[in-house]
Amino acid sequence: MEKRNRKGWLYLLPALLFLGVFMVYPLIDVLIYSLEEGYNFASQTYQGVGIFNYSYVLHDPYFLQAVKNTFLLVIITVPLSTGIALLLSAGLSSIRPLRQAYQTIYFLPYVTNTLAVGLVFMILFKRTPYSDGFANLILSWFGTGPVDFIDGPYWAKMFVLCFYTIWVVMPFKVLILTSAMASVNQNYYNAARIDGTSSLRIFTRITLPMISPTVFYLIITGFIGAFKAYSDAVALFGTDLNAAGMNTIVGYVYDMLYGNSGGYPSYAAAAAIILFAIVLTITCINLMVSKKHVHYE
Amino acid sequence: MAKKVDYENIAHTSRTRRNMVRAITYVFLTIWALIVLFPFYWMVLSSIKSYGAYNSEYIPQFFTLSPTLENYVQAFTAVPLAQYFLNTVIFTVSTTAIMLVVTVLAAFAFARLNFRGKDLVFTLFLALMMIPNELVIITNFVTVTNLDMRNTFLGLILPSVTSIFYIYLLKENFSQIPDELYYAAKVDGTSDLRYLLKVMVPICRPTLITITILKVIECWNSYVWPHLITDQESYFLVSNGIQSIRENGFGRENIPAMMAAVVVISVPLILLFLIFRNKIMEGVSRGGIKG
Amino acid sequence: MKVVLQNLTKTYPNRNKKAPGQVVAVNDFTMEIPDGKLIGLLGPSGCGKSTTLNLLSGLQKPTSGKIFFGEDDVTDLPPENRGVGLVFQNYALYPHLTVKQNITFPLENRKGADKLTKQQMLEKATAAAKLVQIEELMDRKPNELSGGQQQRVAIARALVKMPRILLLDEPLSNLDARLRLQTREELRRIQRETGITTIFVTHDQEEAMSISDLIVVMNAGVIQQIGEPQQVYDNPSNLFVAKFLGTPPINVFSGTIQNGMLYIGRDAVLPCKGLADQPVTVGIRPEGFQLCEDGPLCCSLKGVEVMGRDISVVSTHTACQSQTIRSIIRAENAVDTSLTTVRFSLNPKKVFLFHGETGNRLQFAQE
Repeated sequence: MEKRNRKGWLYLLPALLFLGVFMVYPLIDVLIYSLEEGYNFASQTYQGVGIFNYSYVLHDPYFLQAVKNTFLLVIITVPLSTGIALLLSAGLSSIRPLRQAYQTIYFLPYVTNTLAVGLVFMILFKRTPYSDGFANLILSWFGTGPVDFIDGPYWAKMFVLCFYTIWVVMPFKVLILTSAMASVNQNYYNAARIDGTSSLRIFTRITLPMISPTVFYLIITGFIGAFKAYSDAVALFGTDLNAAGMNTIVGYVYDMLYGNSGGYPSYAAAAAIILFAIVLTITCINLMVSKKHVHYE
Repeated sequence: MAKKVDYENIAHTSRTRRNMVRAITYVFLTIWALIVLFPFYWMVLSSIKSYGAYNSEYIPQFFTLSPTLENYVQAFTAVPLAQYFLNTVIFTVSTTAIMLVVTVLAAFAFARLNFRGKDLVFTLFLALMMIPNELVIITNFVTVTNLDMRNTFLGLILPSVTSIFYIYLLKENFSQIPDELYYAAKVDGTSDLRYLLKVMVPICRPTLITITILKVIECWNSYVWPHLITDQESYFLVSNGIQSIRENGFGRENIPAMMAAVVVISVPLILLFLIFRNKIMEGVSRGGIKG
Repeated sequence: MKVVLQNLTKTYPNRNKKAPGQVVAVNDFTMEIPDGKLIGLLGPSGCGKSTTLNLLSGLQKPTSGKIFFGEDDVTDLPPENRGVGLVFQNYALYPHLTVKQNITFPLENRKGADKLTKQQMLEKATAAAKLVQIEELMDRKPNELSGGQQQRVAIARALVKMPRILLLDEPLSNLDARLRLQTREELRRIQRETGITTIFVTHDQEEAMSISDLIVVMNAGVIQQIGEPQQVYDNPSNLFVAKFLGTPPINVFSGTIQNGMLYIGRDAVLPCKGLADQPVTVGIRPEGFQLCEDGPLCCSLKGVEVMGRDISVVSTHTACQSQTIRSIIRAENAVDTSLTTVRFSLNPKKVFLFHGETGNRLQFAQE
């Protein structure tokens, strides 16, 4: 038995090593960092222990802007993307011809490089001295514009960011929802059809409750994902997000760590922990709400 | 029946309504498909317009009559795109390979071997799954910097190796293999390692392929960690490369060349996807994780 | 409501690409179902009975042929306009709704002039629940109910909108043996009380025989025989029907007719007039055998199974198409198990002759 004991640990060793060094230790360390006041990266010394880092971060206008941006992004994209994904999946489930083709197309954004396609989005929406760009061309058909979506007003930039975020997260949601819908027993639909239930009512009274655990799962992961938004914003507005006024909380963390305002791991740590606390709180609220509305088999 | 019912009419209206609903569904689906496809179309289109032609279009044109490949030539000559590519391939292949070894060994230990403390460690593993990357990346950055591993492949690869989720996924799959196979192999004098490699790994090949593909996608698109850890162009991955091209490559405004670079970067994964379409979609929906 | 099916045919494209063509699920199905009866659609799996049910409900469209409910041609009518109630094999109760919500669900779909108030819906639901005796379960969820209770809820849900026709797909197959007996009585009672024309599908001949007014035996998409259960049992129109009905199953022998005499092996067992000399297939019901010391059919005895009221004699015969012959004898007839052979005389009413190739019934006169 003794020998087998050692063997088990031996197989586990690589994983434990990697996890220990790059996950467990940093987890403790980040807490320590966040409490060390006046930490100097070069000399690796600090002056005291306390919650000054947190208070600094919470009073930093850049951080507050990032929080505002992130919350706006979350509040807009999570319901919208989940709603559109539901409609798309319901549409996909109701058709037979071309279904595969649509599914393949819808999944494409999942396998593309966020930064690379973000660049395309930037070009579509950007207004330059040479051209108003594609988005403004569309706007001009409706008699409005031109607006610079990349360097222009805040709402326009937020619009592009939300649009791109939804574009990026849609494949995952549609895929998960279509497979959830496919697993609903066809008999329920047949039973409802015989009783003369309208398609809308079938969707709201049968499909939706039946897949509610999946929908709820998507909402939770959607919240978490949107709170961690960063590379989408970089793709659209460049690395200097503070200057663009479009920074996110995660972006703030990285900027503090290494970037234009860089070299303050203590502030970064405090901001990261604040983010974690926010996400945890929202997830808990989600869980409590779901208890009432989600039907589990 | 007291009232006379016009059945033909009912059948007709219901057929009409069904066709209408179907038409609306297709229109809606097609609109989203266009929204998804359009950026891809635009990037390919822009990449084959010549620099002059592109910049003289005050109103963007939806097609071009004189396609050119000069932008692709420029993408590979004016910026070290090939270098970015090579770096990304090295990064992706090594990270995925190490990840596979670590994952297979750990999943085997959890699924097959018995040792004291196994359940406790496994629970801890699951708990770690909740920890967001953003929380640990700070220390990792400091660690790698202190170890003088910035701008090295080791620094890039090592912190990206572990994926608890994949260990979990594979462990579940390994556990489904009946115990009898293991005992039969033991009776035949097969060693644990040999059993793992000759029996379990082949049986669970589909899961391993899924994990590999997901990890490759993740690596190919990773941006944050490489961005933090490399500031020399010779170690840039494609994501960082794109970002640097955007900010100072090609003299900023050469958008066709940028688009050519974007196309080149996007093509490998799209090809991979079109080849392994079912495997990837099945893997993502089973894994339920976001890239 | 009288139901008429006229030359109903349903074909599917063959899924196997190597053998292109059509699979015929239902072939030229013509019958008239009288009003207010309980009809059993009976056949082995894959015989097209479920497809027939789906054609009736409108979930599937026939390739050709017509369906009439009363005088109305409903062939092209979508299911929601047909006014049918359908009970699914696995009941298809909505798991997230309570029993009450499940039963009122069909009523809530009504629009316009037919729209019901909450109170009316509740009344109707209660009436339906009372009919199937589940009033006390109204606030439970389906997964808190036993199989039999779920079945009743499903029937209540189908009945609540007063369908013109009630269709049941394998209504008893998900119940255990004891419940099955009880439920089939229940089905019979409900059908009687409501008077709704009811059609149910089953592969269990005993189930169909015991409660149906009429049974329809199907095989390979074709109707084999329609009739009252006893009549079909006593007078099967072909070998398939004879084999399919009855437990224990009918004993099948290869026989020949020579000079107005039926031979099984070398034994001349029955006179049968009016048939030309030919090879035939002989079916003998288990209860058609009588122990008789100088009976014409000589079989080798394999054993005796005691069943209380009856005994079952197991024997073999070279001309028998199955391994053993099973005959049911009243228990007072003692069988000497030490003997190696047993002789039977046959009850001519329980002996059926079928054409050697087509399997069609050959009528014969006993004298």
